[in-house]
Amino acid sequence: MFDTGLSFNDLLFMLKGAGVTLAITFFAVTGGTIMGVAFGVLRSHVSPWATLPLVFVLDIFRSVPLLIQLILANAFQAIAGLQISPFTTSCIVLALYTSAYCTEIVRGAIDAVPPVTRRAARSLGLTWWQDLTQIVFPMALRVGLPSWIGLTLGVMKDSALVMWLGIIELLKSSQIIITRLQEPMLILLIAGAIYFALSFPIARLGGRLERKWQEND
Amino acid sequence: MIEIENVHKSFGALKVLKGIDLAVQKGEVVSVIGGSGSGKSTLLTCINGLEPIDSGKITVDGTVVHARSTDINKLRQNIGIVFQQFNAFPHLTVLENVTLAPRKVKGMSRAEAEEIAVKHLKHVGLADKIKVYPGRLSGGQQQRMAIARALAMSPDYMLFDEVTSALDPQLVGEVLDTLKLLAEGGMTMICVTHEMGFARDVSDRVAYFESGVMAEIGPPEQIFGEAKTEATRKFLSSVR
Amino acid sequence: MFEYTFQWRQAFRALPQMLEGALVTVQISLLSMVLGVAIAVLLAVGRNSKSPWLRAPATAWVEVARNTPALFQIYMAHFGLGSFGIYLSPFVALLAGITFNNAGYLCETFRGALRAIPHTQVRAGRSLGMGQAKAFRLIIAPQMFRIAFLPTTNQMVWAILMTSLGVTVGMNTDLTGVTQAMNSRTFRTFELFALAGVIYYCIAKVVMLGARLLAWRLFRY
Repeated sequence: MFDTGLSFNDLLFMLKGAGVTLAITFFAVTGGTIMGVAFGVLRSHVSPWATLPLVFVLDIFRSVPLLIQLILANAFQAIAGLQISPFTTSCIVLALYTSAYCTEIVRGAIDAVPPVTRRAARSLGLTWWQDLTQIVFPMALRVGLPSWIGLTLGVMKDSALVMWLGIIELLKSSQIIITRLQEPMLILLIAGAIYFALSFPIARLGGRLERKWQEND
Repeated sequence: MIEIENVHKSFGALKVLKGIDLAVQKGEVVSVIGGSGSGKSTLLTCINGLEPIDSGKITVDGTVVHARSTDINKLRQNIGIVFQQFNAFPHLTVLENVTLAPRKVKGMSRAEAEEIAVKHLKHVGLADKIKVYPGRLSGGQQQRMAIARALAMSPDYMLFDEVTSALDPQLVGEVLDTLKLLAEGGMTMICVTHEMGFARDVSDRVAYFESGVMAEIGPPEQIFGEAKTEATRKFLSSVR
Repeated sequence: MFEYTFQWRQAFRALPQMLEGALVTVQISLLSMVLGVAIAVLLAVGRNSKSPWLRAPATAWVEVARNTPALFQIYMAHFGLGSFGIYLSPFVALLAGITFNNAGYLCETFRGALRAIPHTQVRAGRSLGMGQAKAFRLIIAPQMFRIAFLPTTNQMVWAILMTSLGVTVGMNTDLTGVTQAMNSRTFRTFELFALAGVIYYCIAKVVMLGARLLAWRLFRY
């Protein structure tokens, strides 16, 4: 059909890169979500003045390019002699980045639960914690899940930047093969297809969930 | 004169109008009453061409509404319609809402249009709100603005589709008073309404719709007094 | 722990050049937004059109833009086109990539804004005798603009941050590119990039504040 120097091993190499992408995404989203939930709950229950420093710091993560955050984090750990691997550094930076967005998603979702509903729960004798887990959590989940899915997919795409720290994720692995084979379009198309395959079904699922839950309400 | 001849209409499999015949003379006020889903609102949206009809004919002053050759935009300048939802244009002030169509559809100058707009807004009691945005008005005020907006085009006919149904009870009165004034001024009106008091006091004729059919039509004394059909009597007794 | 002396003075000496780079950054972002909005309108029309010949390419553009990394899109412009003998400069490749991305996201923003306007608004307009085009221009478009305004300015901030990716394809005139060039000479990575970070932060904040002010002035209802 058409000539290509691309071998099966090269494809495996790219898939390995995809694996690294997924691994970083997993750690970042997990860490970021746990922090985001904690911060979000904090933000919706504590006065805005008390949380101002937290808001300020999180806002920095959303107003500075991710690439610069990675470079700074890496430079910092080198200066401080911490010897943290690029992989771990990337996961930490991405987790903080995720938490900044997740905090707002969680806060918005919790605020979307009508206060009267929560008061009704407390009037029945539920504790604050029970109200939060039994009443607020399921309702907030409906509101926040589509946005959270969007955030997760966003982090997966942004993870391509970690190549700057030398990590061989999907896009970098593609670039390595391109340097060797000089068939950029073909290889990038494959990389794009992999990204698309990872992102599109989940995005669609999120959209479908959103519509389904909207109808039921 | 509005002539509705043997009009049939379905939404998909649901037949909504099953052969409606009605003629409304100039200056007449016809109220249309009936339960939900009886086809009343659909009839109004057919008269000004917002909805197509399956068969039959609707003629306004000799122009066939659904004919391909009819300039529907021109026709609509002569038929005012006020809906249940106020449909205020949120990005325009009250004055701008009312002057929009006269200026952009009829090509009036701003001064001309504002003169007419202020006149109608005075009639509906909104003279002091002309620079306000609709978002700051109550439901009753928004609905009165919608009436002024439709009147600003100087139509010969006004259609009202349950214009008080979306209002809090205490706001209904002000809108009905506006409609009463219009009727006394000689406007030709078709009002779909649940307000039986209004229908009885203001209309020349009242039509009762049930399941897409006009079960009975006659002067208020007939409908509300000695209704000819069992269906009408049953409906009215359930409403009282 | 810190066997390193922070040399902030060296970083501050680079400030004038970095600010010039910041100017380039803003220029690219603005250009990519103007082009992006124009293309997004076309894409939105395409996606809502009845003809599959218009719908398919528009949908493809939007889905690719939203489901692949921005860096990938820039790579496509810079490296991918090399397969066809087209060699775009880093500047053009960066602009193309960001514009492609902007157009995709903005298309969905505009479509969402359109969906948010009740269909009854058009009915009201048409009942007053307006034609379809007039009703769109006078009633739909102004409301669409208001609904889409803040998300569009968010996209602008996004674009500003995205320009930093240019350094991966050799861009050396925007803020990150300039900073990296200084970095290769002086190796004051932390200080230089910290300063760059502060400049990005300031630009992002100014844009957001400006947008809020503009929104307050334009949409006072």
